[in-house]
Amino acid sequence: MTHLLRLTVFALAAGALVLPILAGLWETGRAAFGVLPAIGADRLTLDPWRQLAALPGFATSLRLTLVTGVGSTLVALILAAGAVAMLAGRGGGPARLIAPLLAAPHAALAIGVAFLIAPSGWIVRLVSPWATGWDRPPDLALLNDPWGGALMLGLLIKEVPFLMLVMASALGQLPLRATLATGRALGYGRATAWLRLILPRLYPLIRLPVYIVLAFALSVVDMAIILGPSTPPTLAVALTRWFGAADTALILPASAGAVLQAGLVVGGIALWRGAELMLARLGRAWLRRGARGRGAAALLAACGAAVAGLVTLGLLALAALAVWSLAWRWPFPAALPEAWSLRGWLRPADWGEALGTTLALGLASTALSLTLAITWLEAEDRAGRMPWSGALIYLPLLVPQIAFLYGLNVVMLRAGLSGGMGAVIWAQVLFVFPYVMLALADPWRALDRRLLATAAALGAGPVRRLLGVKLPVLARPILTAAAVGFAVSVAQYLPTLFMGAGRVTTLTTEAVTLSSGSDRRVVGLYGALQAMLPFLAYALALGLPAILHRNRRGLTGGLG
Amino acid sequence: MRLPFVAALGLTLASPALADWPETLATARGQTVYWNAWAGDQRTNDFIAWVGQQTEALYGVKVEQVKLTDTAEAVTRVIAEKAAGKDQGGSVDLIWINGPNFLAMKEQGLLHGPFVADLPNARYVDLSPAAPASVDFTVPVEGYESPWRLAKFVFTYDSVRLPTPPRSMIALRDWAQANPGRFTHPVPSNFMGATFLKQALVELAPDPAVLQAPPTEAAYATTTAPLWEWYDALRPHLWRGGQTFPENQSVQQQLLNDGEVDIAMSFDPASTAAAIAEGLLPETARVFVPEVGSIGNVSFVAIPFNAAQREGAMVVANFLLDPATQARQQDITVLGSFSVLDPARLDQAAKAAFAVLPTAPALPTTEDLGATLLEPHPGWMTWLTDDWARRYTK
Repeated sequence: MTHLLRLTVFALAAGALVLPILAGLWETGRAAFGVLPAIGADRLTLDPWRQLAALPGFATSLRLTLVTGVGSTLVALILAAGAVAMLAGRGGGPARLIAPLLAAPHAALAIGVAFLIAPSGWIVRLVSPWATGWDRPPDLALLNDPWGGALMLGLLIKEVPFLMLVMASALGQLPLRATLATGRALGYGRATAWLRLILPRLYPLIRLPVYIVLAFALSVVDMAIILGPSTPPTLAVALTRWFGAADTALILPASAGAVLQAGLVVGGIALWRGAELMLARLGRAWLRRGARGRGAAALLAACGAAVAGLVTLGLLALAALAVWSLAWRWPFPAALPEAWSLRGWLRPADWGEALGTTLALGLASTALSLTLAITWLEAEDRAGRMPWSGALIYLPLLVPQIAFLYGLNVVMLRAGLSGGMGAVIWAQVLFVFPYVMLALADPWRALDRRLLATAAALGAGPVRRLLGVKLPVLARPILTAAAVGFAVSVAQYLPTLFMGAGRVTTLTTEAVTLSSGSDRRVVGLYGALQAMLPFLAYALALGLPAILHRNRRGLTGGLG
Repeated sequence: MRLPFVAALGLTLASPALADWPETLATARGQTVYWNAWAGDQRTNDFIAWVGQQTEALYGVKVEQVKLTDTAEAVTRVIAEKAAGKDQGGSVDLIWINGPNFLAMKEQGLLHGPFVADLPNARYVDLSPAAPASVDFTVPVEGYESPWRLAKFVFTYDSVRLPTPPRSMIALRDWAQANPGRFTHPVPSNFMGATFLKQALVELAPDPAVLQAPPTEAAYATTTAPLWEWYDALRPHLWRGGQTFPENQSVQQQLLNDGEVDIAMSFDPASTAAAIAEGLLPETARVFVPEVGSIGNVSFVAIPFNAAQREGAMVVANFLLDPATQARQQDITVLGSFSVLDPARLDQAAKAAFAVLPTAPALPTTEDLGATLLEPHPGWMTWLTDDWARRYTK
């Protein structure tokens, strides 16, 4: 019986999550080698690869992708580790400031950052002309710069808070205070103890999220469209363009590029792993030397300052969205709009539908993912953990979206499933479910087993134990996982674009589309709405248990 | 009807719904037309929404705009559907299209038609073989797409910052050299950027007549040589040193509004006046056209071969050609896009509707717009943009 349950859950997850990816990869892969019957291509050939290599700017795109992807991940990891070391055990005050950045979708944040750092952006406006003498915007490549600096900045603002969150929760599994006390007794300063005693043990716990960040940074599309260079752009953006080009012959080299993109991520992670092993070997010698150097404190302080700067930029970016959404006329170099207007907000006919669709998609994909996650974890409780199951769950986060979405769309079309809300919900679940699992699995597995034993002793069967004990006790982590899932759904760009056949418009697809328009006021409005939704979801996730459990003090923490 | 009798008969047999208009109207009732249209312009989006309200009230046909960042997205979608063997019930019913996208779809048999001559309001349009509505970028339309709005290349500038705009490509180069960083153009992979290069090509080509035929190796080399020489002299003096380009004309219009550049460009002569009304350009923004005139073309709507709501799409295409619709479209307070109808074919009432349209200071008159130059064959555009990418994308 329990094995049947386990197999069913496994088969369901495999069928719903892994098969579509494999099918999509297969179609993309075929096209990469010249087979796409729709455009009359039916001969196995290496031509698409040759065409890809000959496309103008291809080498630069590749270099840009690697530099921005690997670079931003490395810097984000270092900064996050430093900031966590600074903040650990000092109360949640500063940590609360990163919450809006965690919640805000990439596209919204990117638009805000663009509003902020452009030559005509808010920062230059705030200091012009009185400090700079500029009465027209300077001719400086502060945004969409050919080196990808603005893109890396955007990625950092989003990824540093994410890694900080992951590290903070992983720290719970380490004997932090005891380790630091031991370190102090051995004559290590606080910072040195962090670097030498905590970090080497913390890193293995956050390895998977780091890989996810790396895979994401190497293949991000929406943020790279808004902040990245355009001639040429990063590989993922170039691919999105080629898949959408009028010249349909470009689909074949684009498919080859999509396969290459998948290879880049695999290669990037392999390279990263290699660097980890090398660093571990070198690090061991460095640890054994046991120097009590003073440099570490300055290093951590620098990281802390950089993170404070990033967080300030991120919050200002979100504020810029709000200000633009309320502006009517805001010429350069005025620090604030000359004329304000609620016009955009008072025309819900424009954005109401996109808002409704976003809500519907978010609720549906979150409900599905949450049900699947709870079923999965409950099956584990009853029948033990499945080998390889982790890899299965996180596969969608590690394979670049562009690598399989076009192929998946072809598959879905053949099955007559494309272009509807159903297809988009399904595609979103591919990405929502893993994050729900990431958020829920640890608290679920950490549940105090004595509660269940007591319930069983009192005669409660497995179903009653689930409904009467686990779900109420875990209400808070479950709601948090739901909020995380909802936020992920709101942020989805490519799956909605490709699977919705353009008919499903969400706040995110509208915001990215409009960001290449001429009206910052409308873009600001969409960005603000987009950023607000996940934030409300988190507020609800934190607020509801407090109300539900107002007379159950022991349940408010979930873990007791 | 220009079609030979046999072909017309074959058409009737192939799609009986087209045989007579009342039947099309009856089938169309209750349909929802998914109109795939570039969505970078809010006033166009509003206009499309208005069209939907009208066709729903008049014919029971709803319109749902599928908002595109690039028309090619819709083309790709139809190709993907053909790839999957979806020959009926396709997701795209109507596309705002022209030029290379039209050529690509027509060549691959992805379009339904010919259907234009079956539209009752086609009688207001000059469909003779050489008329602007019969040729799309030198490619014969042959009834596979229905005209919608007129487009003509214009420059936009701020008359306060730039009292005398440069009115030829040579003058533009000299001005840019004297004012580095104050001019740019959209990236040529975007149609506006490509149009700028074509405008320059038409102006600088030793013999513009060869542009009407598909380019040959030799003709391309001799015709574009002066263009690249001119461009190499211009590029270092562009905004950001000619290393980065705005993604499309909307982004460039924003640069003009912010004062990052002094000149923007558009394919819609009324867009400047419209942008001023929307608070998106300063009140002093104006339009100018090169002395020799500028490239112009007609925008069309086409119906994919597998459109699920073919009849509804035809009803919408027909409604777009209604003189009342075209007059509203030309109204600067609505869309300000010039009509595609032949004034000679309009009756008194229709002419009056156009005569009473309001005007605006930034709205150019027909005389201001100067001569309309023919679009080069699409082959030139493809070659030109590829060549540009090879030369300047490092």
